[in-house]
Amino acid sequence: MPRSSAVLRKRVGVLIGLGVAVVLIGFVSLLLGSNLIAPGEVISRLLHPELDTDAIVWGSRVPRTLLGLFVGVSLGVAGAVMQGQTRNPLADPGILGVSAGASLAVVVGVYVLGTASVLTTLWFALAGAAIASVIVFSVAALGRGLSSPVPLAIAGTAVSALLVAFTSFLVLSDETTLAAYRIWVVGSLSGRTLTGVDAALAFALVGLAFAVANVRSLNAVALGTELASGLGVNLLRARIVGLAAITFLTASAVAITGPIGFVGLTAPHVARSVVGGDHRWLLPASGLVGAIVLLACDIVGRLIGGNAEVSVGVVLTVLGGVVFMAIVRRGRMASL
Amino acid sequence: MTAASVRRRPRTRRAVVTLVCLAAVIALALIGAVVGSSSLTIPDVVRTLFGGGTGGEQLIVFELRLPRVVAGLLVGFALGLAGALTQTFARNPLATPDIIGVTSGASFGAVAAIVLGGGAYSVSAGLLSVGLPAAAILGALITSAVVYGLSWRGGIDSYRLILIGIGATATLTGITSYLIARAQITDAAAAAQWLVGSLSGVSWSSVWPVLVAVIVIVPIALLQSANLELSQLGDDLSTGLGLAVQRHRLVIIVCAVVLTAAAVSASGPIEFVAFVAPQIARRLAKTARPPLLASGLIGAIIVLGGDALVRGVLPGEIPVGIITTIVGAPYLIWLLTRRTERERIG
Repeated sequence: MPRSSAVLRKRVGVLIGLGVAVVLIGFVSLLLGSNLIAPGEVISRLLHPELDTDAIVWGSRVPRTLLGLFVGVSLGVAGAVMQGQTRNPLADPGILGVSAGASLAVVVGVYVLGTASVLTTLWFALAGAAIASVIVFSVAALGRGLSSPVPLAIAGTAVSALLVAFTSFLVLSDETTLAAYRIWVVGSLSGRTLTGVDAALAFALVGLAFAVANVRSLNAVALGTELASGLGVNLLRARIVGLAAITFLTASAVAITGPIGFVGLTAPHVARSVVGGDHRWLLPASGLVGAIVLLACDIVGRLIGGNAEVSVGVVLTVLGGVVFMAIVRRGRMASL
Repeated sequence: MTAASVRRRPRTRRAVVTLVCLAAVIALALIGAVVGSSSLTIPDVVRTLFGGGTGGEQLIVFELRLPRVVAGLLVGFALGLAGALTQTFARNPLATPDIIGVTSGASFGAVAAIVLGGGAYSVSAGLLSVGLPAAAILGALITSAVVYGLSWRGGIDSYRLILIGIGATATLTGITSYLIARAQITDAAAAAQWLVGSLSGVSWSSVWPVLVAVIVIVPIALLQSANLELSQLGDDLSTGLGLAVQRHRLVIIVCAVVLTAAAVSASGPIEFVAFVAPQIARRLAKTARPPLLASGLIGAIIVLGGDALVRGVLPGEIPVGIITTIVGAPYLIWLLTRRTERERIG
């Protein structure tokens, strides 16, 4: 059909456009920062690493740009899977307490083991994210169902508050935990290094594989759970695969940067408005938009802070709260 | 009196519950004055309160213990009452100052005062004792006006109010973190310390604003009590019965906002008290809506009890806000898992 091929061409074009935008913003992220370095200087340092004597470009900007891309893609896809599974436009790993669960588990890890390598952090974050998402989903499902925005959002808020309280409790009663936690909790790309990132990358790839495996069920679930099971989708299995995707993706991101909310909320909405609701296109587009949003917020944070940078988590919370309110105002909650 | 006759007379039951709560508050206040690092007995405390006791005892009771106990009592009472007002107003148990953004608005105002207003430890500390509550009240009022305005679409739907409140809370939390990140290190420490919601730093100067707020607001709120009863019937019916719905709502909201902000300015945000206290009071009194006085008193019981717990039993200095969250959040979760007839309709 000519129409569908036009749609296909448009979607491919959009994805390519998003990919170009990711590259561009990655480049801007290398050029801008709290230390003013002329663009030409940055480029020559990139080409000749030996010129980068104070390691600002290779030691700071390159890693944080790469990590920003990686975390943005993870959280964007996680948000898209979450919104698809719940058919709830307000779903986000941060809002629903998955990140808080990962944080608590990481703190427990530090508390019990004393120190934390990236790998142990990852495993603890994974366990915590899994437990928290199961709790939130069960609470909401026991109540008025997953697609009703209020119970899900409040269940997330309550579970988050509880987990944060436990986290503070542990942190305040143990000095070494506090010291490790302080740096990590902010949700920031600055001061994070690439050591151990390969393990996180492996986690994220597992999560992406689960997400890809979930695409068909997500498209079926979008028609309604009853229709989906009528179409032969095993709902329980679809939910478990979806939860696995969300958990692995969120845990990999949280373990690297600390909890960063609202990427998973914002990215799928932007992506949906340009490629539509088909998850075959929505998932990659959400990942790319997630990377763009995260890097853009990180750049803003570097520039508005003066000497002290504002972490990307803070910028995203401000922006994300506004996006959240805008989605509620538009009021098309039931129609996702 | 049999259970059946009590049920037939809800007013009696409500009065009994209120009195029992009052007795519990007094007992907990005494315990609160006794518990602490230096050991005093109840007779010591009572004797000191009535003018006796050594100089050391007087210092401990009047300057250390009493401000903390009075602050706990007032903060808890204000939060419980504010929660009862908002829950009744929105006809939804989930609509509490914490969730609809009032608390975070007050926190933002107070942190802005600490960070931008010269700092807690500077010469302006005296000024801050007036400025901080004022900034908290201002922040809370502006936030609730914005949240209310954004939730308005030809009327207020309580669920939209709640969701907009969650969004506003996120935004304000972010801006508050931004302020702290940009502040001088001492101001940042003071603000962060204050944000955890603790009674450990209170002095008489932080008690006065709450006291004034409670004394002014409680009579107004109680006068609105009859109107609250009417407004439960819904907008159309209560307008038909002669209630000026919009003006009545405005009064209720302003009362709740000022109470919350005053409480927050004294102790920092102590979460979930405003949510839990009215629900407990409603169940104890077996009334259709949260009884106002009993809600306030149960709020006071929760905060005083929690504070006694963190001072007397738990190691280290755990802020009381953590205890109230650990108690309150599971209760909220439990409430969400129940399918009640009313919620399905709502």
